[in-house]
Amino acid sequence: MITKKEVQHIAKLAKLHLTDAEVEKFTGQLGSILDFFAQLQEVKTDHTEETSQVTGLENVTRLDQVNVYTEEDSLLDCSPHKIENHSIKVPKIF
Amino acid sequence: MDIVNKTLAELSHLFREKKLSSREITDAFIHEIEKHDKKLNCFVTKTFDLAREMADASDSRRKNNKLISPLDGMPITLKDVVCTHGIRTTASSNILKDFVPPYNATVWKKLQDAGVVLLGKTNTDEFTMGASTETSAFGVTRNPHDPTRVAGGSSGGSTAAVAANFCAGSIGTDTGGSIRQPAHFCGVTGLKVTYGRVSRWGTIPMASSLDTVGPIAKTAEDCAMILQTIAGKDELDATTPDQKVPNYLDEIKSKVSGLRIGIPKEYFIDGIDDDVREVVNSAKEILQGLGAEIVNISLPHTKYAVPTYYIIAPCEISANMARFDGIRFGSGKHEKTIEEIYTQTRESGLGDEVKRRILIGTYALSAGYYDAFYRKAQKVRTLIKQDFDKAFEKVDAILTPVAPTPAFKIGKNTTDPLRMYLEDIFTIAASLAGICGISLPMGKSEVGELPIGIQILGPAFHEGRVLRIAHQIQKTIQT
Repeated sequence: MITKKEVQHIAKLAKLHLTDAEVEKFTGQLGSILDFFAQLQEVKTDHTEETSQVTGLENVTRLDQVNVYTEEDSLLDCSPHKIENHSIKVPKIF
Repeated sequence: MDIVNKTLAELSHLFREKKLSSREITDAFIHEIEKHDKKLNCFVTKTFDLAREMADASDSRRKNNKLISPLDGMPITLKDVVCTHGIRTTASSNILKDFVPPYNATVWKKLQDAGVVLLGKTNTDEFTMGASTETSAFGVTRNPHDPTRVAGGSSGGSTAAVAANFCAGSIGTDTGGSIRQPAHFCGVTGLKVTYGRVSRWGTIPMASSLDTVGPIAKTAEDCAMILQTIAGKDELDATTPDQKVPNYLDEIKSKVSGLRIGIPKEYFIDGIDDDVREVVNSAKEILQGLGAEIVNISLPHTKYAVPTYYIIAPCEISANMARFDGIRFGSGKHEKTIEEIYTQTRESGLGDEVKRRILIGTYALSAGYYDAFYRKAQKVRTLIKQDFDKAFEKVDAILTPVAPTPAFKIGKNTTDPLRMYLEDIFTIAASLAGICGISLPMGKSEVGELPIGIQILGPAFHEGRVLRIAHQIQKTIQT
């Protein structure tokens, strides 16, 4: 079971601001979803490796060469913030 | 001539034979869209001016005998997660409602280089998270066969657009069933490729170890034509192996006699409709009639696929969605502090299902729960993959239902997320294993005449084989 306090905590970690009504709703829904996950505990996996990808590829490399991209300005234009010196200006962090 | 109900292969042929111009074909589809899309809501963005321009360019290439590919001049649509340079790409989310990408996804670049015509960007569940397009910020896509029902999801805009004769083909994405299930609901053919077969570069991600990009069209032959153009290694997507792209259109011509087709007992559980069972049975009979051998098999970890997927996918989602912080994309509001930018952008920009998955993922990856959830799920993923590895030692392909029922009513599952997750019960295991599969229409339900499809799964990088089986079945049904 997950508590409202836990939901508020993970929301904070995920930078989601939830209303009280949302906390209420998600606590119930997450509770039943987490209960549903519990059935995995009945599977024996002591000697099973984890699968994090299925391609079998490892250490994919390419030539370290510079490709010219000419649309930095359009990339910066995607931002809703002020652009100064080819940078996005955000409020100070500290 | 009735243009819009023709297959992509037929249209391509008529265009090359100079019986139809690309402009005529394009205008015919635009006419259909203008007449019927108000009701169905397949599109987030329509690009008719561009489409006419591209069609005219194609017609002049034909005039000069300079056609580039079999797809030249063919009008298609793209799911609105495929980034298109200069054309708004929203992922059906408010957070990206004004996003105009300054680059092209590889899949779109390849299609453009092949000379296709773009009619527009199709609706999806928000960031592809859903099984009905009901989580789209721009409204649900209705099923062309019954507008009170969903088109399925997440690629529901694409499958409904193909079913409604709005385009000759479409590009969708399939992470847990998002091409196969809506294809089944809408009565069209959709291919989930092997993980890594088609470049994901420039396609807005959901769960990066599972996402695939693939074709949706009227027939398997049409899907083969599109796949031929979009498959292959891409320097920009490090998960695309250097695997040869075979000639799919040649491969689908081979007979299926001698092939061994497995039927896994775990896919015929309580709760699936009798109609769905019967449709799979008729596919079995057709395949036997074509000389294939039916073999009963077992995929013992099938029942764990949904919980495994709904741990792994949200974990990857919570990481992928972190980029939507209101700095590089976002609402345009200028909040005072950096923390306010983060939280207010995400609060107003993201819908409930996205938030729910971010919360599940953040929880399952957090200290103290990582082993019990994420690591455990990754281990069970191995067992699910091994089930398929063992099965493919005995059989060439696997035949299953696509989903337990035909298209459900709009609103049926919206208040119960877990019930919506169970919609993916027959498609998810193949996604976890990274193998390929196709969903093709096979019959209709007795009540309501709703389309019902079947799923044919094949080993990794054997798209040619599942396309071939589907094509041979479709040839048999037609004649």
